[in-house]
Amino acid sequence: MTTPRTPTRRGVLALAAAGAAVAILPLPASAQLSAGAQAAVDRVRGSRTPQEGRITLRAPPIAENGNTVPITVSVESPMTAADHVQRIHVFADKNPTPDVAVFHLTPATGRAQVDTRIRLGQTQDLIVLAEMNDGSLFITRAEVKVTIGGCGG
Amino acid sequence: MAAPIGQPRVRLPAQVRAGEIIEIRTLISHVMETGQRRDQAGNVIPRDIIRRFEAKFEGELVFAMDLAPAISANPYIAFQFKAERPGRFEFTWTNDAGESRTATQDLRLA
Repeated sequence: MTTPRTPTRRGVLALAAAGAAVAILPLPASAQLSAGAQAAVDRVRGSRTPQEGRITLRAPPIAENGNTVPITVSVESPMTAADHVQRIHVFADKNPTPDVAVFHLTPATGRAQVDTRIRLGQTQDLIVLAEMNDGSLFITRAEVKVTIGGCGG
Repeated sequence: MAAPIGQPRVRLPAQVRAGEIIEIRTLISHVMETGQRRDQAGNVIPRDIIRRFEAKFEGELVFAMDLAPAISANPYIAFQFKAERPGRFEFTWTNDAGESRTATQDLRLA
């Protein structure tokens, strides 16, 4: 485990100004989604009710360029054979298609943390679902503001 | 014709101790054409993306990612790995046409 850093006001401002990824505050997962994103979430969810918590999504709260928005997703898990994250799904509520990525994890990874760079067409919410090996499902949701959209031409 | 899959770049930490959890960073050159854009004549430019990334260690799948058009051009993918023993990683990127490119890298323990 990494030692949690105590964010200072100056530090937070500096990070935000640099567009660096910070843990963004989750929004209520129950808020209305676009029809496409809701369908995508429902396909993963099936009959399960996702629980909130365990997932941390790091992204710039304000992304200047929607063409390349760095995100980091981490999920609290021991990542043992008996207890691990199997899949992490990322959806974008208002992109032309909601699918962003599915990460397939195994206990060999040791820690459930993934990074990538994504396109966001406009300011919108990201939805992250984490599926555990026991079938339990976790969800988080957070908004990323986009100055210049990153879809289409 | 599918866009070229460029040179993959993979970065492992220089010094790795047994039992340490390391970050593996990968980058590959690819246009990641979304299928949403139009050319100057107004025709839709067909979708052409890297749709799958797989990481194997000593032949065993340890991590994979399904990519959508919402992944940025020149996909950057980083994940974690618990380094228990030395061995060989094999990383494969596959595009919509089913063409793939593979890189290998050896994990050595200090």
